Amino acid sequence: MLNAMSFAHTVGNIRHHFPGLPTLLAKATPERSGDILAGIAAKSAEERVAAQCALADLPLQHFLNDQVVPYETDEVTRLIIDTHNAKAFAPVQSLTVGELRNWLLSDEATPERLAALAPGLTPEMAAAVSKLMRLQDLIVAAAKIRVVTRFRTTVGLPGRLSARLQPNHPTDDPAGIAASILDGLLLGSGDAVIGINPAGDSPAVTAHLLRLIDALRQRFSIPIQSCVLAHITTQMAALESGAPVDLIFQSIAGTEAANRSFGINLALLKEANDAGQKLNRGTVGDNVMYFETGQGSALSANAHYGAGGLGVDQQTLEARAYAVARAFSPMLVNTVVGFIGPEYLYNGKQITRAGLEDHFCGKLLGLPMGCDVCYTNHAEADQDDTDALLTLLGAAGVNYIMGVPGADDVMLNYQSTSFHDALYVRRILGLKPAPEFEAWLAGDEYARLMLEATHPERLLTA
Amino acid sequence: MSDLVHNGIAAKLQSLTPARVGLGRTGISLETRDVLEFQLAHARARDAVHARLDVAGLAAAIETTTCSTVLQLHSAAANRVQYLQRPDLGRQLNEASRKLLSAQSSGADLVLIVADGLSSFAIERHVPAVLNELLPRLATTSLAPICIVEQARVAIGDEIGQTLGAQLSIVFIGERPGLSSPDSLGAYITWQPRSGRTDAERVCISNIRTEGLSYTQAASQLERAITQARERRLTGVASHSIPASLPAGEEKL
Repeated sequence: MLNAMSFAHTVGNIRHHFPGLPTLLAKATPERSGDILAGIAAKSAEERVAAQCALADLPLQHFLNDQVVPYETDEVTRLIIDTHNAKAFAPVQSLTVGELRNWLLSDEATPERLAALAPGLTPEMAAAVSKLMRLQDLIVAAAKIRVVTRFRTTVGLPGRLSARLQPNHPTDDPAGIAASILDGLLLGSGDAVIGINPAGDSPAVTAHLLRLIDALRQRFSIPIQSCVLAHITTQMAALESGAPVDLIFQSIAGTEAANRSFGINLALLKEANDAGQKLNRGTVGDNVMYFETGQGSALSANAHYGAGGLGVDQQTLEARAYAVARAFSPMLVNTVVGFIGPEYLYNGKQITRAGLEDHFCGKLLGLPMGCDVCYTNHAEADQDDTDALLTLLGAAGVNYIMGVPGADDVMLNYQSTSFHDALYVRRILGLKPAPEFEAWLAGDEYARLMLEATHPERLLTA
Repeated sequence: MSDLVHNGIAAKLQSLTPARVGLGRTGISLETRDVLEFQLAHARARDAVHARLDVAGLAAAIETTTCSTVLQLHSAAANRVQYLQRPDLGRQLNEASRKLLSAQSSGADLVLIVADGLSSFAIERHVPAVLNELLPRLATTSLAPICIVEQARVAIGDEIGQTLGAQLSIVFIGERPGLSSPDSLGAYITWQPRSGRTDAERVCISNIRTEGLSYTQAASQLERAITQARERRLTGVASHSIPASLPAGEEKL
């Protein structure tokens, strides 16, 4: 194992030095507030490009021998290294990071070859190459990669875009949640999942909300899956009490320490995945896990340190979270890109780039990536930024987006995309919902729901 | 897909939730009225974040209504742009404020700190009224001067409380505005404030605003939290009787 390997690149007559792989990756990262807050960002625009040049010349093989976060102290690194597939890596093993970018954008990189490559790439390789890519590169490469998952709907097929219906309510009031669910279903959202962020974290509330959705699903034969995004241990308690658990959710991050701050580890995720699989509730497939991620989560938990005590940049750590996700063949994975706040992603420009980086890296590593295109009121962003990123992600082939009534989440106090936004991006890019859900929208059961929705209070009893 | 508005469903859905359900459509797009309503809510939230706290006006209001001495302090974050990107600076005082504070006599039971946080509207609209309700309940408590701090985060109360040698601090702070709540006030109570305290060592009372927790309710919860902190000689996760409701929206990840 190499220690404190130093990198350098000469621009004009200045030799730029980058001690350690974490430093090289951080300095090569396009500007964002979180890396500045961590004190690891490039000090000048030129230093950033010098780092990108040095990174472009780095052989991919190097990433297998020089760990950004130490193998000995971090189970995420052990997962990455121990599950690395040398055979899948073989086609690109002689390339540098810069050459990998060229290859990804070339016609050589067909959807089939990209899919086969995924287990051969580490998150650090994916993060590294993304730092050399412009937005159009991130879009054109990601658009070639299709990751299809199934439970009761099939999400991620070409020409399709799904939406998670997010019917949150400030006090978890079942009638209020049901009103938002009806609104979303009638507007064609919900084919990724109906996923509620609960205000409280109790197994009883979780179970009650799951029963509510399940009753509605069965009554109108709706091809959907549900999820209550409580802590994973809360969902498992609900599951053990007999609640109808479809997907099991957890927020994950890219270091063992950050995951510990979420109260999870790999063993717990495996236990949950096994428990979900055992219920056998899917009809067209058995992907049961749902993960959310976001750049900055490790830094916010002060869990962003890597080899030699060097800070690791937030985008590389985000890609490492995808290594955690892919170990469990999840149904859904999405970055919550603008939620964390301006100290990590300051404005619409930084949020836009991060959203496309996350989508690309996730797809490259074999994940069914969606995106919560969003912002908080203290970020320098507004609805125009949401529209732009939504459209770009649609072009990049994002599996799903969020559907929040009127884009205003009244529980989490942030703005995401709306049911209407999903209609917009589907129309402008000629995309359709998941096939099972599309058929339901055109059928008698949808028409019946529309009729009975004139008395919403009668639909609300589980 | 049908139009909910014309089917008469919209109003029923809206009666069940504060969420923006039952919005009409023109084609697949929102109608002008709904777009502008949203823009107004966002504009108010943005203004709440960026409007500078009227420190002089607030100090005068507090001095008049409470007859307390008021100190005007500033964090190490120079302005709002830096404040939003450098939370670490918002948790420390600048040099001038440190000097001003260290010249004060120390050893009071309680220091009340008013921090602009992410909503100056919350401070200006609610703090004088909450103090009016709270101070009469603290007749037997010795109070340090009330500190107003600009560009400040919750943890700045630790440095202030430590410098003043206060047994207990309460930081009133403007919470992150939601679209429907640009002026929500939070209050964090910390036993033996000193640098390095974590949020787990505080009690939080959230959502103080006209549509949320009333001034009387807030004052009574604060009084109870103060009493319990003194009895137990601690605040935070180890003390469970006060619901430590974190501000909504702090955690999605």
